[in-house]
Amino acid sequence: MSTAAESAARCRRGWLASAAVVDPLIEARALTKRFGGFVAVDGIDFVIRPGEAFGFLGPNGAGKSSTMRMIGCVSPTSGGVLRVLGMDPAVDGAQIRGRLGVVPQEDNLDTELTVWDNLMIYGRYFDLPRAEIRRRAEELLEFVQLADRRDSRVDPLSGGMKRRLTIARALINQPEVLLLDEPTTGLDPQARHMLWERLYRLKQDGVTLVLTTHYMDEAEQLCDRLVIMDGGRIVAEGSPRELVTTHATREVVELRFARAAEQQDALPRVRELASRVEPVADRLLVYTDDGDATAAAVAGDGVGAATVLVRRASLEDVFLILTGRTLED
Amino acid sequence: MSTPPVIRVMEREARVFARLWRGLVLSTVVSPVLFLAAMGLGLGGLVKAHTGTVAGLSYLDFVAPGLMVASAMQIAANEAMWPVLGGVKWVSNFHAAVATSITAGEVAVGYVLWIVVRAVGASIVFLVVAALLGAVPSAWGVLAVPAAALCAAAFAAPLCAYSVRLDSDVSFPVIFRVGVLPLFLFSGTFFPISQLPSGLRPLAALSPLWHGVELARGASTGTLHLGADIVHVLVLLACVAGGLLWSRRTFTRRLTS
Repeated sequence: MSTAAESAARCRRGWLASAAVVDPLIEARALTKRFGGFVAVDGIDFVIRPGEAFGFLGPNGAGKSSTMRMIGCVSPTSGGVLRVLGMDPAVDGAQIRGRLGVVPQEDNLDTELTVWDNLMIYGRYFDLPRAEIRRRAEELLEFVQLADRRDSRVDPLSGGMKRRLTIARALINQPEVLLLDEPTTGLDPQARHMLWERLYRLKQDGVTLVLTTHYMDEAEQLCDRLVIMDGGRIVAEGSPRELVTTHATREVVELRFARAAEQQDALPRVRELASRVEPVADRLLVYTDDGDATAAAVAGDGVGAATVLVRRASLEDVFLILTGRTLED
Repeated sequence: MSTPPVIRVMEREARVFARLWRGLVLSTVVSPVLFLAAMGLGLGGLVKAHTGTVAGLSYLDFVAPGLMVASAMQIAANEAMWPVLGGVKWVSNFHAAVATSITAGEVAVGYVLWIVVRAVGASIVFLVVAALLGAVPSAWGVLAVPAAALCAAAFAAPLCAYSVRLDSDVSFPVIFRVGVLPLFLFSGTFFPISQLPSGLRPLAALSPLWHGVELARGASTGTLHLGADIVHVLVLLACVAGGLLWSRRTFTRRLTS
């Protein structure tokens, strides 16, 4: 008898578990944000599932931060539907925020408090008991490798340390979702890699990561799935690999020229060698499935490029193909 | 065991204050001693030699409650300007708070309450110093503290609502010079408003500080008058309520856009 009860319980648990996987954590339909006459987010749809790392990739002004602020329940929606953790931000904002961790684009650590007090006070904002905050703060300072700076003020910390402290602070309420707005903008390469490694660990622990970035390498490193945004709209969606295979070719040949005029002259001839050529400021990007063959053809044709580089296509290329602009524009 | 959100907002301010209190306590204790010595004893001696009393009181007894409430007002005005703009602009601690389970309205109310706590602390210190100098003739004087608190709230709530909307602090010194300072001088703090030209007296009666000073003076000299004092309390409460409603709107607009 007991085995039957056990298996029924297991079934129930299994059913619950699979339902949790299917239920979206965050869901937006025709989500819109207007500031006066300016449309920052123009009717976007997306679904974010538990445990995934989801990215909004796009240049500055694409509407990524506005979207994040709406998800974070600190910016009312202007239209469409938004559900976060199954709730409506307009009704249950405080309750939703209690289960989110937010790392804003610009650090807003409390410069009037020490590293330790930043965590204590933030934990109190969530109404956590002090003893519990102390326990978690010890752990989190270890996790972000700032244990030796606990009594320091915030100002003398480096950019990377501040960002790590902001992440520790965002984790004090053990959030189900961590929202990161441009998490590594302004950090040096070493600090970026350290941050990525920490975020990867959080993801392994089951924390859902939602991030915005205008770095395609960051999107490729961290995101299971992402949407590419431009001008307040979503222009493509998928895993980094799907996006590249769907919208770009396998490889790219980069041709650099000694002078801009030479690049101008070469463009029509290069166009004859490949189905897709994108001229950018200082080079021609030739999209092809066989980079070496195309590079050989370019050399044989006497195009006269100063350097020829064959590489795999990336999200940067996807963005360029879809919008005609580079992410840095 | 949950703590109200406004208290959790105040905890942050208390933490910051805990780091600064040594410097502040000195000025909180020293400035009433200096003011009471200069005004109450120095100027008061002169008044005694010429006219004897002011409104039936020794000048020290007259001026002590006025100074006490006026200093509560000054603390309130100070704390309702730069730190509020800092909360949304320089330190951004208000932005950090509203990303948690705290709402913008709770930040507004919690911060105003914190200012009241500050004013109460300073008023208690002032009252003790004044009592030691013999400037509090009545035991009812303890009621001067809630009077000062109410007056502080009446200034803090609308000023916080105003400050949180700003993008720069250029108007703050102007507010001090054309707002706080004239009120400090002409709200019955140093002399009865009956000394003012008759056309200006109704203006002084509009000053929340005058209502606060009247209440505190009635308390410290044991001459409270129920009817008039209820009016003073109601005027101050109206400023607090209106200011809090306005604050909740402006804080919400600024912090959640």
